[in-house]
Amino acid sequence: MSKLRVGITTLVGLLASFSVFADIGIDEKINLAVKPYSDAVTGFIFSSFPVAGVQIPFVLVWLIIAATIFTFYFNFINLRAFKHGFQLVRGDYHDPKAAGEVTHFQALATALSGTVGLGNIAGVAVAVSLGGPGATFWMILAGFLGMSSKFTECTLGVKYRNTLPDGTVSGGPMYYLTKGLAEKGPNFAKLGKVLAVLFAVFCVGGSFGGGNMFQANQSFAQLVNVTGGEASLMADKGWLYGLVIAALVGLVIIGGIKGIARVTSKIVPFMAVTYVIAGLAIILLNASLVPSAFGAIIAGAFTAEGISGGVIGVLFQGFKRAAFSNEAGVGSAAIAHSAVQTNRPVTEGFVALYEPFIDTVVVCTITALVIIITGTWNPSVDPSAGVQLTSTAFESAFSWFPYVLTVAVLLFAFSTMISWSYYGLKAWTFLFGENRYTDGTYKILFLFFVVVGSSMQLGAVIDFSDAMIFAMAFPNLLGCYFLLPVVKKELNEYWADYKSGRLVKTRNS
Amino acid sequence: MTSVLMVGVDCSDCSERAVEYAAEHARESKARLYVAHVIEWSPFSFSTVEENFERHKRREEELKRAYSDVIDPIVNPLKAEGLNVEGLVRHGHVADTINTLAVENGVTNIILGRQGTTKLKAHVFGSVGSRLVQVADCAVTVVP
Repeated sequence: MSKLRVGITTLVGLLASFSVFADIGIDEKINLAVKPYSDAVTGFIFSSFPVAGVQIPFVLVWLIIAATIFTFYFNFINLRAFKHGFQLVRGDYHDPKAAGEVTHFQALATALSGTVGLGNIAGVAVAVSLGGPGATFWMILAGFLGMSSKFTECTLGVKYRNTLPDGTVSGGPMYYLTKGLAEKGPNFAKLGKVLAVLFAVFCVGGSFGGGNMFQANQSFAQLVNVTGGEASLMADKGWLYGLVIAALVGLVIIGGIKGIARVTSKIVPFMAVTYVIAGLAIILLNASLVPSAFGAIIAGAFTAEGISGGVIGVLFQGFKRAAFSNEAGVGSAAIAHSAVQTNRPVTEGFVALYEPFIDTVVVCTITALVIIITGTWNPSVDPSAGVQLTSTAFESAFSWFPYVLTVAVLLFAFSTMISWSYYGLKAWTFLFGENRYTDGTYKILFLFFVVVGSSMQLGAVIDFSDAMIFAMAFPNLLGCYFLLPVVKKELNEYWADYKSGRLVKTRNS
Repeated sequence: MTSVLMVGVDCSDCSERAVEYAAEHARESKARLYVAHVIEWSPFSFSTVEENFERHKRREEELKRAYSDVIDPIVNPLKAEGLNVEGLVRHGHVADTINTLAVENGVTNIILGRQGTTKLKAHVFGSVGSRLVQVADCAVTVVP
């Protein structure tokens, strides 16, 4: 079976590379070949029903309802545990004897570098251009609610992780869906298995879509943008860019050249900080415009003139981009967070609260404010601009910024791809078992999609990416509902220890 | 007060003088002697997803290697001689961690070899010795 798969992929790869050299219009060809399939998948996942004249996809309602229920069920854990989460990240409760293991800070930083990225730069631009400034309001709200979803899934991710005999850890929704639900009885065990398999299938899809094609596509768009737009030498050469990036990713995931990934993981946080500082600088330089920007955000959230779908349309755009950016409820973060060293799973849940907060509430809001106060956004702006809109907004304040942004975008895209290749591989091996052939097949497919992603147009890529990432939320959140009492028990026991001072504080502040 | 000694070591060869000095004192005073080695590590470093999942395994390997390459070659001969010696290895910031280990084990005197860093290097990176002198909760002896 796996040999067959290797054979097919190699064939596909060969065909692709032949036509690359035979034909200059290859971008267009790839786009046409893949679009019908991606459209079909997208249509299925985003099955929608009309609300006040707007087609609202069921999956989005699913995400919002879960985040709201979790927020109430855990009694506003997103606000309540905010301070304690910070103490944990700072290492106040770190056991000195566990020095050398993965700390809360490291788990959070790693998870963040997988989520902070193009969603915050390109995604916000898409939300604002389609939904107007008011989309920002709903994005922030979705960020706050999403914190509770992250809390739930990351607590479960640590609680039900597997430790292999050689000491490596493996965690994520696949494991809590199977192990967690199995604790509830034989029928739940069957359900858990089905959900875990579904999740793994979608996770593989998500790793090809949002974790790969979207990143390749948008980083290429920005590269074309700074090198002269339409007139750029790079325009129409998406496949070439794709091949270069695929080669670099391949060096890391197939060639085992971990150095590249390690260097990226150290630069990305600094790029993120640079981005935030530049954004804050623009906001401060235009401080007088901030009140009116917030005015536009709040007014736009409830009265949506000229936006298709009115208020519901605005809300939809905001929630959608927030969910895509911070991935709360999707389950991907539960994989990254589960590597932390702790014997109290709920502590990582507290730490995970910071992920949507930093990603959506802070970084996305900065992007949105910059787009709005620089006047880059206007009702007639091209909604397919994506990252270019953000780039133009920053450029209007600092003419050199697009170059910095390009470097940042390339690095963000690269690190997100590396992270997602790992999530996807974990899901893939969960489905097909762990051996050389299954590993290799997945990695070759992953590289193939890098090329496809950079050749396709944004619209089709964004739809397919959204579809796959959101699909993961169905099995993941359904399982989370059943496992809520488990999280609550962990939370109550821990919170009692925390409040009564029974926890050992190793650092005083 | 019974004295408890601790000697901080970098590698088995380069800390010879400090170990010699500490062993001499331990022989004379029949004091307990800890041989401590710190693996440079920060809780605030950035890592990849894959590194995180393999971290526990790596850490075990690092500890094992520290014992086999650094601690055992120093501790075993002293033990054979009949001294009350124990090796300790931990991850962390070198000076701060040596002090933590000293406090945990009731050490009264930390012994350290001087590394002979240049002025510039000491300015930029600081030196373990001078940092330890600043933070230590017990006496520190620096062996030239």
